[in-house]
Amino acid sequence: MKVIQIDTNQWTEGLAKLEGSYRMFGPAETEGKYPEFKELEKGDVPNLNVSNTHLSAKSVVYPQSEVMFEYTLDEAKEDHHQLREIEKDYSPRAVFGIRPCDAAANLIIQRNFDSKEYRDPYWVDAFESCVFIGHACENPGATCFCTSVGFGPFNEDGLDLLLVESDNGGFLAKVITDKGAVLAKSAGWETETDAAALEPLKEAAEAKIRSKVNTDQLAKQDAKDLFDAPIWEDIGFACLNCGTCTYSCPTCWCFDIQDEVKDKSGIRMRNWDSCMYPLFTLEGSGHNPRPEKHHRIRQRFMHKLKYYVDKYQAGVQCVGCGRCVRLCPVNIDIRTVCEKMNSYKPA
Amino acid sequence: MIGYIDKIREVALKLLNEEKVDMVIGYRQGSLPMMTEPCFVKRPEDVETLIWDSNCRINLAAYLMDRKEKIGIIAKGCDSRNIINHLVENKIKREQLVIIGAPCKGMIDNKAIALQFGQDIDEYQETEDQITVKGGGTEKTFQKVDVLQENCAICNHRNPVVYDELAGDLVEEQTDIDRYEDIRKIEAMDIDEKWNFFEDMLSTCIRCYACRNACPLCYCPTCFVDESKPQWVGKSNDPNDTRTFHFLRAFHCAGRCTDCGACERACPMDIPVRLFTKKLGKDCLDLYGWEAGLDPEQRPPLDTFKPDDPNVGMK
Repeated sequence: MKVIQIDTNQWTEGLAKLEGSYRMFGPAETEGKYPEFKELEKGDVPNLNVSNTHLSAKSVVYPQSEVMFEYTLDEAKEDHHQLREIEKDYSPRAVFGIRPCDAAANLIIQRNFDSKEYRDPYWVDAFESCVFIGHACENPGATCFCTSVGFGPFNEDGLDLLLVESDNGGFLAKVITDKGAVLAKSAGWETETDAAALEPLKEAAEAKIRSKVNTDQLAKQDAKDLFDAPIWEDIGFACLNCGTCTYSCPTCWCFDIQDEVKDKSGIRMRNWDSCMYPLFTLEGSGHNPRPEKHHRIRQRFMHKLKYYVDKYQAGVQCVGCGRCVRLCPVNIDIRTVCEKMNSYKPA
Repeated sequence: MIGYIDKIREVALKLLNEEKVDMVIGYRQGSLPMMTEPCFVKRPEDVETLIWDSNCRINLAAYLMDRKEKIGIIAKGCDSRNIINHLVENKIKREQLVIIGAPCKGMIDNKAIALQFGQDIDEYQETEDQITVKGGGTEKTFQKVDVLQENCAICNHRNPVVYDELAGDLVEEQTDIDRYEDIRKIEAMDIDEKWNFFEDMLSTCIRCYACRNACPLCYCPTCFVDESKPQWVGKSNDPNDTRTFHFLRAFHCAGRCTDCGACERACPMDIPVRLFTKKLGKDCLDLYGWEAGLDPEQRPPLDTFKPDDPNVGMK
């Protein structure tokens, strides 16, 4: 696919043009708060100076709380006790500045939400409404390990366009899909340039990633051996069972469904849930199959680094963004755990 | 303070060798600079993994609840006060514990240092008074007193209140500190200002409950936010529910909170949740002359009645 040159004026003008036909999303910084992905107000531009958003970009497609149905319990109403679908806005969304790790994460979530057996309409419709305009990482952070898990700072999986910062303050944009080409054309970004310019930048960025982790033995390990390995109590001791790792993770997809009723009107919603919480597996009988915290932390790592690996044969359920590493209050590090699992030899 | 580790390892080794304890709870080196990981050591040969520096932030009392073993535990001033809370609230028995007191000159605020340094930190070193970080070909040295966590900077109980062994000499307590300057500022706000201040403060909360889970006081078998019969609080990130969680959690900690700062350290969004618990701490001090976790023989003021209690709730 072609590469186009966007200078700073074209960038600003292009964004203004796109506002008419897309809902615009991008990193936004509020004073005193961390930069996060938000829907941008008219006239606001995505802030591409942030190294990465504090939480992942998954909320653009998969918000933390999402109302699915509404209903009334008022028996005077004809449709009482019937679920009504909430009307959703799936008009085109332009998601600017998503880093390659977060974009690749959407494809991991897609395996769960858009399979032969199941189609999650909320996730799939929102995902399909998006055009993802990625932002290549020319300066990856100290906890980034995307190259160890099959991705990279210029990775194109899950992207429609990839922006690379150019020397003159503008961007080089690699057009990856037809969706990306349509958006670029609507923005008036059409100056083709030499695609060869990107390769050395990509290689330089990849060379800057210092954090490495081995995953090559995970598929060969026996799941039962890993499950029974005497490593989990030690790994899980410090764990506070906060959900920080799961909530900040771009590939964690679990949710819980809740009804909220006020007077006679109710909504049915789904909220992110976390395998770190005892409530996640608490059964109606009162039995909990994962009663201790080391059971729960084992589930998180086994799911990401073993069950997913075995089920989909498409690598690990991790894109190496490093958020859980940075945000864990007690420094439980998925890289360390992955090495332990990868090199584990049963007695 | 950095010299404590030899003594800590020596005591831990003795306790394990003599089988006085089944495990020693302490800290080991984290994978990131300026991070430690709470850990347990059960075998004498593993005591070398224990470390001690100005990054031993997490309150280890949170790891004691309902344990049945005999435990050696490292305790800063705040950890020791939370151990006293546990003794008062019957969460652990004194005879189960061998407390290795660590007189503390404060833990450093790693997030503030990272922000001031402005780039990834690869290396960390500390001396008694100075912190040096390196990364990206540069280095910067901070005076430790300038980069203390806020709760450590205003701490008035640096020495362990209860201990069996000491990892070092007792340190001088800070006396000329103003613990409640920030609280007085909020108290002085009018109702609208207060509302807006707290709305903004809580606006980024993701309801992960890291604050609750890091807190040694929050040990309810089922937290009120997790109850389903009845369901007191909604589970979404609706501001009403978020507010309810934070306010109620703070009230549950009134007269018990030692201002150890575990909640703020754990918060992934850096919400200053101590502002709630500090206000209640200040009220307990003003109304009852009470500071939590100083005396295993006394129950906290909201758990007792005295005829001369101030009737602030009876207006």
